[in-house]
Amino acid sequence: MNINSIKRRTLLGAGLAGASMLAMPAVLRAQDKSLKVGVYGGYFKDSFDKNIFPEFTKATGIAVESIAEPTGEAWLVQLEQAARAGQAPADVSMMSQVAMLKGQATELWTPIDMARIKDASNLLDRFVNKYPDGRVAGVGAVSWYITLVTNTNVYKEAPTSWAALWDPANADKLGLLALVSNSFLLEVTAKTHMGGTNVLDTEEGILKAFEKLAEVKPNVRLWYRDEAQFEQALKSGEIPMGQYYHDVTGLAAADGHPVRSTFPKEGGIQDSGCWALSRASQKSEEAHIFIDYMCQPAIQATLSRKVGTSPTVKRESTDLTDKEFAAVSSDIEPIVPRYDLYQTKSDWLNQKWTELIVG
Amino acid sequence: MRREPPQTFGDYSPLLFPAAMLTIFFVVPFGTMIAVSFFQRQQGGFYTPAFVFDNYARFLSAFFGGVLGFSLMMAIAVAICCVVLALPFTYLLTRMARRVQIVWLVALLSILSLSEVIIGFAWSTLFSRTAGITNILVALGLMGEAKALTPSFAAVLTGMVYQAFPYTVLVLFPALVRLDPTLTEAARTLGASPLRAFFTVVVPALRNTIVATLIMVFIFALGSYLLPQLLGRPQHWTLSVLITDQAIYQSNMPFAAAMAVFLVLVTLGLVALTVIAGRKGEAA
Repeated sequence: MNINSIKRRTLLGAGLAGASMLAMPAVLRAQDKSLKVGVYGGYFKDSFDKNIFPEFTKATGIAVESIAEPTGEAWLVQLEQAARAGQAPADVSMMSQVAMLKGQATELWTPIDMARIKDASNLLDRFVNKYPDGRVAGVGAVSWYITLVTNTNVYKEAPTSWAALWDPANADKLGLLALVSNSFLLEVTAKTHMGGTNVLDTEEGILKAFEKLAEVKPNVRLWYRDEAQFEQALKSGEIPMGQYYHDVTGLAAADGHPVRSTFPKEGGIQDSGCWALSRASQKSEEAHIFIDYMCQPAIQATLSRKVGTSPTVKRESTDLTDKEFAAVSSDIEPIVPRYDLYQTKSDWLNQKWTELIVG
Repeated sequence: MRREPPQTFGDYSPLLFPAAMLTIFFVVPFGTMIAVSFFQRQQGGFYTPAFVFDNYARFLSAFFGGVLGFSLMMAIAVAICCVVLALPFTYLLTRMARRVQIVWLVALLSILSLSEVIIGFAWSTLFSRTAGITNILVALGLMGEAKALTPSFAAVLTGMVYQAFPYTVLVLFPALVRLDPTLTEAARTLGASPLRAFFTVVVPALRNTIVATLIMVFIFALGSYLLPQLLGRPQHWTLSVLITDQAIYQSNMPFAAAMAVFLVLVTLGLVALTVIAGRKGEAA
């Protein structure tokens, strides 16, 4: 009996020790103000952790816990489900345009008070997302390009046009994004072969674009949802061509991998990410300080230099040199995604798209 | 010891805990899923509670029928491959020394500790052009030049069989260990070759175990959604992949739930058919 009670007490002690170990992050959090920030996992998050967040904590005293978020709309679904239960897996998240708009439809984002963003006047208008009644749903974080990427060992010469995707010589060599709403290949098809994205105004136009896009299928080896899968295959030359993010490709090339990113003559696909605050978050105060900090031209310039993204503030407000700006952007008019379609026709587009690639 | 059927309520009490667990972790979530499958989808948003059949109507098309058919066919193929490979393997394993058995079983169990992601990436590397097994064949002079074996149906099948094989062996193992060795000895004494004794004595004696194993592997394989994506082309994507697409990327929970409910119903139907057919076979 005696032995038993000792055992039980030891167990209790061990349990308490264990519980307090688990509670450690909470203790840390209690010491200071903190903020959970969601950024895309991988190179992107590593780069933020190394170059941006420590400086922010130094300047403001707010500790940042960075959360690796998945791309596409997977994170939106998680935030939405969590918000319904009153939880916020991250307070502020970087959200792509399609996800921003879908979140706006359900009032997922807490409106941002622009009076508290000192550099608001420098922000480019197209990177500020607004609710129909004018409240600000999200503030431009970074913008990025999806470009034509190639393995330099396999392709000695860089391709010059998106038309390379249709070239029969590239049979079974391409890696393309697997979803209609993040690959923006309809826009690419329209711009490359149909004179511009305006043809997508009508359903007939969209169906024609689908038809043209179907011709790419024999060239595609991988339709990827998971970026790591394509990135790996591109580096090794297993899948030597495809569409991918300009910034991450640049970082990989800088690390010595045989990859290159090319702005085709029809333009790269420009997408952007907003900082958005989940309605379930209790950290509105800290979130405004964070967004204010991130909008500073100096920070935007650091992002361009270190992460390879394109600034969301006016270029002349930053101290980026021509060369630095050219590395993250291009003078070629970009292909701007038709975000409106992914709101009004999302299910129809998704159905046609799935039938196209699976069928 | 004589077993008596439970008489009082107290006799059933040991069942309370598993029953509660089953209710909390299976019945309730499944009920929620059925409810959501009838909800109204808000395009470009989320969903609102309602009672509509739109989600099921959308599923009833030649396209999704084809995908469902492929998923079932794939799961059946995996189940048959697994049992065909695992039955002789396990039979031989049970006749080995205890020490050897343990080594094999530990090795098989260690495969279970690998996640689907690791298995998928490992096989896609093994099947790749740049680093895959064809390079060994080239080095041996058996092949002209290295080529990629993935994405293909064979690659998906290999990956899924690899993943399900340990389960198959672990399910078959107890039955084969308990199998009375005198049965085969009798067959041998009567002049049957070892191979013949295996097919005419061991296999029929294990009929029920084999059917149960086939069903288990079939259901296990039906839920696979990562390997078809990592190792296959879009036409090899199973229904589970499309369900994931709808739930995770399209935020279309009602449609995803409807597809999942449909998949469960079809699976249960097939399993019931197998069991009924088995009973009839026994009666005859």
